[in-house]
Amino acid sequence: MELYVPILVLAVLAAGFAVFSVGIAPFTGPKRWNRAKLDAYECGIEPTPQPVGGGRFPLKYMITAMLFIVFDIEIIFLYPWAVAFDRLGVFGLVEMVLFIVTVLVAYAYVWRRRGLDWD
Amino acid sequence: MNGTIQAPTLEYAQLAPMLVVFGAAIVGVLVEAFAPRYLRSAIHVPITLLSLAGAFALTIWQVVKGVPTKPAAMGAVAVDGPSLFIWGTILVLAFVSVLLINDEDHFVAAAAAVPGSAEEEQALHEGAGHTEVYPLALFAVGGMLLFPASNDLLVMFVALEVMSLPLYLLCGLARRRRLLSQEAAVKYFLLGAFSSAFFLYGTALLYGYAGSIDLAKISAALGVVGGQETLLYIGVAMLGVGLLFKIGAAPFQAWKPDVYQGAPTPITALMASGTLVAAFGALLRVFWVALGGLDWNWSPVLWAVAILTMVVGAILAITQTDIKRMLAYSSIAHGGFLLVGVVATGAAAGQNSKALSAILFYLVAYGFTTVGAFAVVTMVRDAGGEAWHLSRWAGLGKRSPLLAGIFAFFLLAFAGIPLTSGFFGKYAVFQAAVAGGATPLVIVGVVASAVAAFFYVRVIVLMFFSDPAADGPSVVLPSRGTAAVVGVAVLATVFLGVFPQPVLHLAQNAAQSLFIR
Repeated sequence: MELYVPILVLAVLAAGFAVFSVGIAPFTGPKRWNRAKLDAYECGIEPTPQPVGGGRFPLKYMITAMLFIVFDIEIIFLYPWAVAFDRLGVFGLVEMVLFIVTVLVAYAYVWRRRGLDWD
Repeated sequence: MNGTIQAPTLEYAQLAPMLVVFGAAIVGVLVEAFAPRYLRSAIHVPITLLSLAGAFALTIWQVVKGVPTKPAAMGAVAVDGPSLFIWGTILVLAFVSVLLINDEDHFVAAAAAVPGSAEEEQALHEGAGHTEVYPLALFAVGGMLLFPASNDLLVMFVALEVMSLPLYLLCGLARRRRLLSQEAAVKYFLLGAFSSAFFLYGTALLYGYAGSIDLAKISAALGVVGGQETLLYIGVAMLGVGLLFKIGAAPFQAWKPDVYQGAPTPITALMASGTLVAAFGALLRVFWVALGGLDWNWSPVLWAVAILTMVVGAILAITQTDIKRMLAYSSIAHGGFLLVGVVATGAAAGQNSKALSAILFYLVAYGFTTVGAFAVVTMVRDAGGEAWHLSRWAGLGKRSPLLAGIFAFFLLAFAGIPLTSGFFGKYAVFQAAVAGGATPLVIVGVVASAVAAFFYVRVIVLMFFSDPAADGPSVVLPSRGTAAVVGVAVLATVFLGVFPQPVLHLAQNAAQSLFIR
């Protein structure tokens, strides 16, 4: 049971921090209202109006988010391997290189197809 | 924290066909990245076809060398007789489908452009295209190879996703009727994701029951682990939902007509043949290897599903006015006939291998005929693309007797008329089912076949005995690829119908060893 005490403490700390930050912000933060601030999304996307009949809308954020997930997953696999690197030996190294190469291929595809350009 | 972790032993020779296909798919992505646009398809087609042929050769080589008797890759993959037979079937069907895909005017010029927009016009004008279809198809085929050969539930889940994700994308890439195609892709994706979740939840529950995801260990746990039957039954049911969805068995068949209709026809051909074969392989492996000792419990449910699937497929096909939707419902009905074979399992190993060889033969026969039928569909065109509405097919026999004759022949094979491959497929499955004590199911099957024969023959009558419309569709001169596909399909349907022995014998040999544990 004692093993779980640190986790419990961390959970309490995290919850406390979240509640504190959200609770204190209205009292201490500056209030400068402008148009962008009052939009539905504060990240720059104009929510409405869309062009008539659908039309095109920018997918830049989505591509960035998808790329993030790809590399995020890569890191998730890299961490445990790095921790047990010496015990996994050559086989682990080769497997990891193969894994990174496949991600690299996807990366090359994105790069060549101008997925990394903002405009 | 010391000591080394034992590296897993991997039987590369056994896994080679899959490695070749996946490797070629990755090379295909590199081609997409670095080759100039005008060269891409010229590079893709040989790579794709060679890799499929190479994988087929490696599969044959394993058969010649001797079928492995133990699971490979630490028990994760089982390359046994049925696996190798299914691999060979999938690879040949995929090869043929790629020849159809090679007709690139089936695919959209710019998938991201809004249908009917100026951007799309421009992309069409520039001759743009998505040559990604080749690597995507290869990834899907790789998944199809792994799916029936996976020997534990997590590998099977990964294979399911590897197979499905490229297909979701490919479904949305039709050049004409783009909204229908995108609708198909979204429906397939949402329903497919839903069924994958069922599969995964079932895996988790079965793991909770047996303490292992290994099929053989689940089988060993049956009857030994007590007091956890709830986990087991719900787990099996959920796993069954996931697998039956991929087959398109009723009541999980709703996606099939929409997706088969909306997807580019070459992709429909790949799905209707390859995916069905792979999904039946996986279904058989799960229900026989892992849950064979539980057949008293799942067999009645599969009886009901088989009856429902045959009836729904055959009856709803009658009401269809669209050739692709009709073929989709026909595919549902055939899934039902195949499920009769799955139910025909018995206590004795001899009965099991009899049913298995019947299913394997049926899959080969149906796969070739269905690819051929969809190849014919690609050739009958209106101004707005392929002419799908059945009324447009009226009098086709008078305009182009050869094509209509070939299509009529495929339809007769679907109906199971003697001297076509469909006859021996149905005969073998129903015979196995009678031997397995599923006679009532066979009676339903025969009635459903008769109902199905009605709508097949109706199309034939429509083609040959009604007057062609004045502004009827034209039959395009097939490209070499399409002509080859139709030719191969006709030859296979005739050959399997007249001389079924070699393939039947092959299927029996493959089924002899059953699925290894």
